[in-house]
Amino acid sequence: MSYKGRFRVWRGDAAGGALADYTVEVNDGEVVLDVLHRLQATQAPDLAVRWNCKAGKCGSCSAEINGRPRLLCMTRMSVFAPTDVVTVTPMRTFPVLRDLVTDVSFNYAKAREVPSFTPPADLAPGEYRMAQVDVERSQEFRKCIECFLCQDTCHVVRDHDENKEAFAGPRFLMRIAELEMHPLDVADRVPAAQDEHGLGRCNITKCCTEVCPEGIKITDNALIPMKERVADRRYDPLVWLGRTISRRRD
Amino acid sequence: MTEIERHDYDVLVIGAGGAGLRAAIEARERGLRTAIVCKSLFGKAHTVMAEGGCAAAMGNVNEHDSWQVHFRDTMRGGKFLNNWRMAELHAKEAPDRVWELETYGALFDRTADGRISQRHFGGHTYPRLAHVGDRTGLELLRTMQQRIVALQQADHAATGDYEARLRVFAECTVTELLTDPAGAGGHAPIAGAFGYWRESGRHVLFSAPAVVLATGGIGKSFQVTSNSWEYTGDGHALALRAGASLVDMEFVQFHPTGMVWPPSVKGILVTEGVRGDGGVLRNSDGDRFMFGYVPDVFKGQYAQTEDEADRWYDDQENNRRTPDLLPRDEVARAINTEVKEGRGSPHGGVYLDIASRMPAEEIKRRLPSMYHQFKELADVDITAEPMEVGPTCHYVMGGIEVDPDTGQSRVPGLFAAGECAGGMHGSNRLGGNSLSDLLVFGRRAGLGAADYVTGLERRPAIREADVETAAAMTLAPFEAHPAAAGENPYTLHADLQRVMNDLVGIIRTEAEMVAALDRLAELRARVHDVVVEGHRQYNPGWHLALDLRNMLMVSEAVASSALLRTESRGGHTREDHPGLDPQWRHRVLVTHCVDASEAGAGAVVPRTAVEAAERVPMRADLLALFDLPELEKYYTAPELAGHPGRGSRQGGTP
Amino acid sequence: MTAPARHPAWRGVDAPGRAAVGVRTLRTDRWWLAPVATALGLLVFVVYATARAFEQAYFFADERYLTPFYSPCVSLGCASAPGSSHFGMFLPDNPLIPYAALSLPFLLGFRLTCYYYRKAYYRSFWLAPAACAVPEPHPRQTGETRFPLVMQNVHRYFFYVAVLVSLVNTYDALVAFRHPDDGFVVGVGNLVLLANVVLLWCYTASCHSCRHVMGGRLTHFSKHPVRYWFWTRISALNTRHMLFAWITLASLILTDLYVTLVARGTIVDLRLIG
Ligand SMILES: Cc1cc2nc3c(=O)[nH]c(=O)nc-3n(C[C@H](O)[C@H](O)[C@H](O)COP(=O)(O)OP(=O)(O)OC[C@H]3O[C@@H](n4cnc5c(N)ncnc54)[C@H](O)[C@@H]3O)c2cc1C
Ligand code: SF4
Ligand code: SF4
Ligand code: FES
Ligand code: FES
Repeated sequence: MSYKGRFRVWRGDAAGGALADYTVEVNDGEVVLDVLHRLQATQAPDLAVRWNCKAGKCGSCSAEINGRPRLLCMTRMSVFAPTDVVTVTPMRTFPVLRDLVTDVSFNYAKAREVPSFTPPADLAPGEYRMAQVDVERSQEFRKCIECFLCQDTCHVVRDHDENKEAFAGPRFLMRIAELEMHPLDVADRVPAAQDEHGLGRCNITKCCTEVCPEGIKITDNALIPMKERVADRRYDPLVWLGRTISRRRD
Repeated sequence: MTEIERHDYDVLVIGAGGAGLRAAIEARERGLRTAIVCKSLFGKAHTVMAEGGCAAAMGNVNEHDSWQVHFRDTMRGGKFLNNWRMAELHAKEAPDRVWELETYGALFDRTADGRISQRHFGGHTYPRLAHVGDRTGLELLRTMQQRIVALQQADHAATGDYEARLRVFAECTVTELLTDPAGAGGHAPIAGAFGYWRESGRHVLFSAPAVVLATGGIGKSFQVTSNSWEYTGDGHALALRAGASLVDMEFVQFHPTGMVWPPSVKGILVTEGVRGDGGVLRNSDGDRFMFGYVPDVFKGQYAQTEDEADRWYDDQENNRRTPDLLPRDEVARAINTEVKEGRGSPHGGVYLDIASRMPAEEIKRRLPSMYHQFKELADVDITAEPMEVGPTCHYVMGGIEVDPDTGQSRVPGLFAAGECAGGMHGSNRLGGNSLSDLLVFGRRAGLGAADYVTGLERRPAIREADVETAAAMTLAPFEAHPAAAGENPYTLHADLQRVMNDLVGIIRTEAEMVAALDRLAELRARVHDVVVEGHRQYNPGWHLALDLRNMLMVSEAVASSALLRTESRGGHTREDHPGLDPQWRHRVLVTHCVDASEAGAGAVVPRTAVEAAERVPMRADLLALFDLPELEKYYTAPELAGHPGRGSRQGGTP
Repeated sequence: MTAPARHPAWRGVDAPGRAAVGVRTLRTDRWWLAPVATALGLLVFVVYATARAFEQAYFFADERYLTPFYSPCVSLGCASAPGSSHFGMFLPDNPLIPYAALSLPFLLGFRLTCYYYRKAYYRSFWLAPAACAVPEPHPRQTGETRFPLVMQNVHRYFFYVAVLVSLVNTYDALVAFRHPDDGFVVGVGNLVLLANVVLLWCYTASCHSCRHVMGGRLTHFSKHPVRYWFWTRISALNTRHMLFAWITLASLILTDLYVTLVARGTIVDLRLIG
């Protein structure tokens, strides 16, 4: 089956832009990225779209379709009715470069701020022993394809540019959780999660989990457990009392 | 022309896949200032798509495994065409490279005693593939990406600058390598590389005495492929133009199991892990047809009945493996034949059935991304119905000819590793041998480059004239063309893909190769007239126009090599020459670029030429790892004169 | 890499540099439905629960059914319903002090600081955000870093108390099988109380803090097989925590309603056994 689909695609750059209307052929079994490629080949050869694998594995083709953050290559046209107008815009949390391509350097800057894996000093390569049950939690987080859709949808930075400095975003808070739960990592990551990476700003509203194309339970399995670990240290009233008293004393 | 952006590095790594990152880590750890350039964002390279695993004879699951067994499997898989020294280094060093990843933070699936778990794959005698579910490549790439970040953090702590000694230039495409003809005698050594930022379209010049190419494969020249847009053979073409040579370009691996439906996902890979974990191939009659396709050279190594094959999954000591796990070339050809003879599935593939072989939960646990991929893209629940699969262009065994130990090509200072380097896999790569190849030879190329730079007396210099030529070449597509209306790069690309798919595909004939070369000549002419619209800022039409040059060069190399090799072996099947020919085993086809002056100055797509050369005979101690009767299937009698088995079996062979 | 810039004022998706789409959200689905429904659901419960907590009547039926809103019944006023108090009566009988004043504040705190309810009311009442990729209306966002929201972090202490209260509820449900005159009996009300208690346990046990203290805080599950086992079970329940949060709101209302109606004599409790 094939029909003429109606599309609105945001075209422009940092200086400005607008939604442009297109009518494109849509065939059975196609995804939005296929249609954008057809647009490129037939009507808009310079339409900027970032993509790589077209198999949902690399996380390059992140954009917003009808206002929802999604992978272009994993959004099937069959979820729309042939009469629907499909609106495609770039991710709206990051600065736009051109058309559907945004500047995601924010994420790479945040990635660098998370201290790396710190192995035990006395283990030689080949001597690492870890039980499957101990690696499974971190393995879930390592499924992340770094599409940054969670970073895009999180209102802490989406709606507040001023928070970008203080907030690592779900992807990198999850990276901290991954290392914290790594059976052989020896660094202490809990205080920094709260103080330096802005865990407290997350109000667990789960939008990151909702959009994650890998189906990672970011909020339930990474963010909330990290908040609990912070609570272990910080918000345990007994510990807090002890600390306040000792602070008074000196 | 406006002043262009210039950078100075000791080692320039082109490609941020597994091979590139491993090379960069090594060069930086050796204290050299290193840059990584890649076409897409950092962490998106093709390596993330690898699913099944990374082969390394660690012997965690079956302690009988050893580098010798791995070496033998690799040589057999490549039908004895592999560069044996590379296969040896690979088999010996892969375990160390995998263990090293754990020190960077990788989390592989575990065995019961806490070691790295290993899974079965086609052509591997023992369970050998370290894996993480079916996303091993992602784990590898992310781990090395994070290692690079760790090194940058160390530099930041020491100097206050993350990028002091290791910098990633993402979304930056290299279009030309620059050499210094005034350099040492022989080949002009590498002096740097020229490219453009995809984002702004602005030019950038790197001056570096050592360049490591790690640009991956060439699959985007084919219509049905598991490869991403990045696989335009840039490294192959860059190396050719810089004066290096390619080997084995006729060997292109068609993975037997790609998705066949719906059309828009045709070619997307279905991991071999499905078969490794128990999935079986059936034709439309429901027969497990692979039992009928075990070739003579593998007779006796594979199960002959379904019962034996099924028992093998649990007891490998007393049973032989299922022929579903024959090397990829055999399986791909078998599927091709089944479909041709009318026993295919509705959409022109065959069935891959895992649903009837294990419980739904188990499938979801072992093959989560496959489950997800079919559910999302084809609306097929693989825990309930069989998948439809067919061959897809997957990997190029051929590549840049390099020195096995250092990764250096013929051009001094030009190194290559990973899929764009040739030789390691012979005529057919075993699944899982690529990820380990990236690690082993990525590191070696990084080391080789570091040693080369350290030993260098004089830094080769870039000639401004070369820079200007390279710049002009990239801007040509913007010039209005007097001739005709101008060619659309997308149309040209589609035409090229069709030619390669239809004529240089899985089964080849002389007539088809000749026709393909004619068609490629037409395309080469048309590429002159490519015109792109718009401006230089993130313009995909322009990017494709520039990539087309490389695709056309590499396609010519593939077709000409395929025309010359008059036998069938591994990833190269000639219908008009169906058998293995021992006379072809010891010969290697070498491609090089015909000097630009011959092809006509300023040719957009320089011509290539292919010549046969002799392979270096295998070292005696390695040859002795194989039994004589097996070698006799591949080798000519004189080549085996020195084999220790020869003495005891005087004149025993025909 | 560009350092994230500081902006004096909130501009969200309209901040300079971002794609100028012009429309605050392009979502075409009925994204407002969920927050509206959530708000309504929560309001219904709050109104009903408040009204009932202060009603101070019809909380004990058939000489054995105590509604969870009055458990434990520790006010001197509980004397109006003999047998309703299992743990003594000591709080003054005052119209402003609910009979279960010992447990209700903690139960309220438990639900207020619950990770699920937090999400629910942040979204539906505070609109931060009302739905994903729908801009929130606030100029600043500090999340749970400041007072009062930083107090959300004490959730686990409410959890501990909630376990005690659930034990009390369980006790209530069990003693209800003993009729002062008829001995062991089973009425529909017993089943209602029992079902409610089971659901309350599901909600309490599926709590994120519970998941954490039972095993989540460990780094090496393999060294603590028993706690790991508990963690896996709780994790399975935890995925349905939102479901239990709603079901228990409904079951609390229905249980209370049943007890009230029986106490008022509007309906008669059907005796199944005894
Ligand atoms: C679907 C799929 C599944 C696979 N599964 C397995 C498996 O299970 N096991 C296994 O061993 N192998 C597997 N392979 C093969 C393996 O993944 C690849 O061969 C391997 O990842 C190649 O790595 P590489 O480092 O050579 O290149 P890549 O990872 O492809 O990286 C190439 C890099 O070069 C850059 N580049 C290219 N051209 C330029 C240019 N002109 N300028 C600048 N940068 C450039 C790209 O941007 C990219 O960063 C699979 C392949 C596919 C497609
Ligand atoms: S749950 Fe936290 S991190 Fe995730 S989107 Fe909501 S506020 Fe952001
Ligand atoms: S956690 Fe999920 S949504 Fe976020 S970057 Fe990773 S894959 Fe994308
Ligand atoms: S293109 Fe790779 S995820 Fe869409
Ligand atoms: S009760 Fe909901 S998370 Fe604790």
